[in-house]
Amino acid sequence: MTTDTDRERTAAVTIPDGLVAVVKRDCPTCTTVAPVLAQLASAGALTVFTQDDPTFPEGTNPVDDRNLAVSFALDIDTVPTLVRIEGGAETARTVGWLRSAWEEITGVAGLGPDLPEYRPGCGSLTQDPVVVDRLLVERTVPLLRARRVALGADEDVHEAMDARGWTDGLPVVPPTPERVARMLAGTTRAPDDIVAVVPPDLVECTVEKVAINAVMAGCRPEYLPVVLAAIEAACTDEFNMHGLLATTWFAGPVVIVNGPVTRAIGMNSGLNALGQGNRANASIGRALQLTVRNVGGGRPGEVDRATLGNPGKYTFCFAEREHDSPWEPLHVARGFAPDRSTVTLFAGEGVRGVVDQLSREPESLTRSFAACLATVAHPKLPIVWDAFLVVSPEHARVFRDAGWSRQRLTDEINAILQLDGEQFVQGAGGIAEGMPEAFRATTLPKFRTGGLQIVHAGGTAGLFSGIIGGWASGSVGSEIVTREVTR
Amino acid sequence: MSELLDPTSERSAALRERAPRPESLAGVRVGLLDISKPRGAVFLDQLQSLLEARGMTVERFSKPTFTKPAPLDLRHEIATKCDVVIEALAD
Repeated sequence: MTTDTDRERTAAVTIPDGLVAVVKRDCPTCTTVAPVLAQLASAGALTVFTQDDPTFPEGTNPVDDRNLAVSFALDIDTVPTLVRIEGGAETARTVGWLRSAWEEITGVAGLGPDLPEYRPGCGSLTQDPVVVDRLLVERTVPLLRARRVALGADEDVHEAMDARGWTDGLPVVPPTPERVARMLAGTTRAPDDIVAVVPPDLVECTVEKVAINAVMAGCRPEYLPVVLAAIEAACTDEFNMHGLLATTWFAGPVVIVNGPVTRAIGMNSGLNALGQGNRANASIGRALQLTVRNVGGGRPGEVDRATLGNPGKYTFCFAEREHDSPWEPLHVARGFAPDRSTVTLFAGEGVRGVVDQLSREPESLTRSFAACLATVAHPKLPIVWDAFLVVSPEHARVFRDAGWSRQRLTDEINAILQLDGEQFVQGAGGIAEGMPEAFRATTLPKFRTGGLQIVHAGGTAGLFSGIIGGWASGSVGSEIVTREVTR
Repeated sequence: MSELLDPTSERSAALRERAPRPESLAGVRVGLLDISKPRGAVFLDQLQSLLEARGMTVERFSKPTFTKPAPLDLRHEIATKCDVVIEALAD
């Protein structure tokens, strides 16, 4: 894939017509062919670009390519490489030293009579990860616009960051310009591109600010596109991150990732998917929360008014287990093509377990799910709270064997969870909490249409599933939002 | 370690001037804003009768939902019609 940084590299160089050679001194084959290069250069037919020593090879008037601009533009992976350029386009190329090939490209017979017939080339410095990284950092750091915060020589970096209120209470990776530059290589977007307006302070947030917080959260550069999509989704009016912070309820943003990106960056959708131990899961959810905290100003005790909160407010991010799911992936069910990657954001509280080790029929297991889902928020409160049901592989097998679709399971649960007003009005069952008396003669669903969502995740051992309860649903609270991940 | 990049919004901490407090409540127009939390209206009803008993002009407003900031139009309407506003947070 061609990135912006690739384009910057290629745009900055001009490559002359004629013969072009790319070499480095630290290559025995290049030193072997140096007399040939000198012969061709003195005839005026050759331009030599040198990757390491701008005086090499002697007698060729070499062009300094230590910044590898020409080497990248020509996509050099071996030195020496000899290329013929005509009208700005490459018409011939050979790598290493093979006399017949060099003679064919140059049109000169009898090249290097004292040289062996053939020598393989060496690796181009464009293939050296240390060199590439150094160049990336040198090129990107000057583009960064965030305020530089200088620390005293005796100041402990972790104490300094904590004292400035930048952390969630756990240590963060210090966001040095070098680390942020490397992080930005994970996206094609420009550092000053606006990602979203972040609540509660409604601050325009740049890709660079996200990258800074992603570094702090522990992300690798390849996670950045997922973080960017999660922030875009969180900052929509429908998701209502402002209200989610301000509520006294437990919930925070839960990030469910689907599609090829989950495999590409090594997310966990299996054993302990909702738990600790996977860097991508852990740091993507944390990067979202740190961005809301640091850029948006959403801090506990300020706009975040949660009575108790939940541990998922440090980070709550997992991938759907797609490869052996009985159902189409969540993002496909939500209207995206299977080859796309997405984040789905849900305003969720903590996870509670559902045990059913005996049901082997879908009807029985569905009744277990429904019985447990009925307690979300309170058994006497219908309609208002959404929920995600995380079905594990051993439970999912029951529905696969019975041929139940995701929609069928959702519909069957909803059919069971039609609540009787006699049971849920205030005072019923000796419990003051409940719906007003006016609802006594009604039947109401536990979940609004679309309020119950199902996802497949977890390890292959354990007849358990999980329930993630939601928050006030719909336009008065939060809608579930899915956004595509793009690089 | 010498230099880090600021992860925050970099907003300056400049304080905004508060609107001047009214010298007295005589003749002021009072807005009562219900944020739509349950029973907020109970509190505001009481306030309204107490204020009106003192001969004050009271106008009622309510937010569509307590979970979101008041819409811009509503804030503008209150600012236009009222000299002071009392907001009820309730449950």
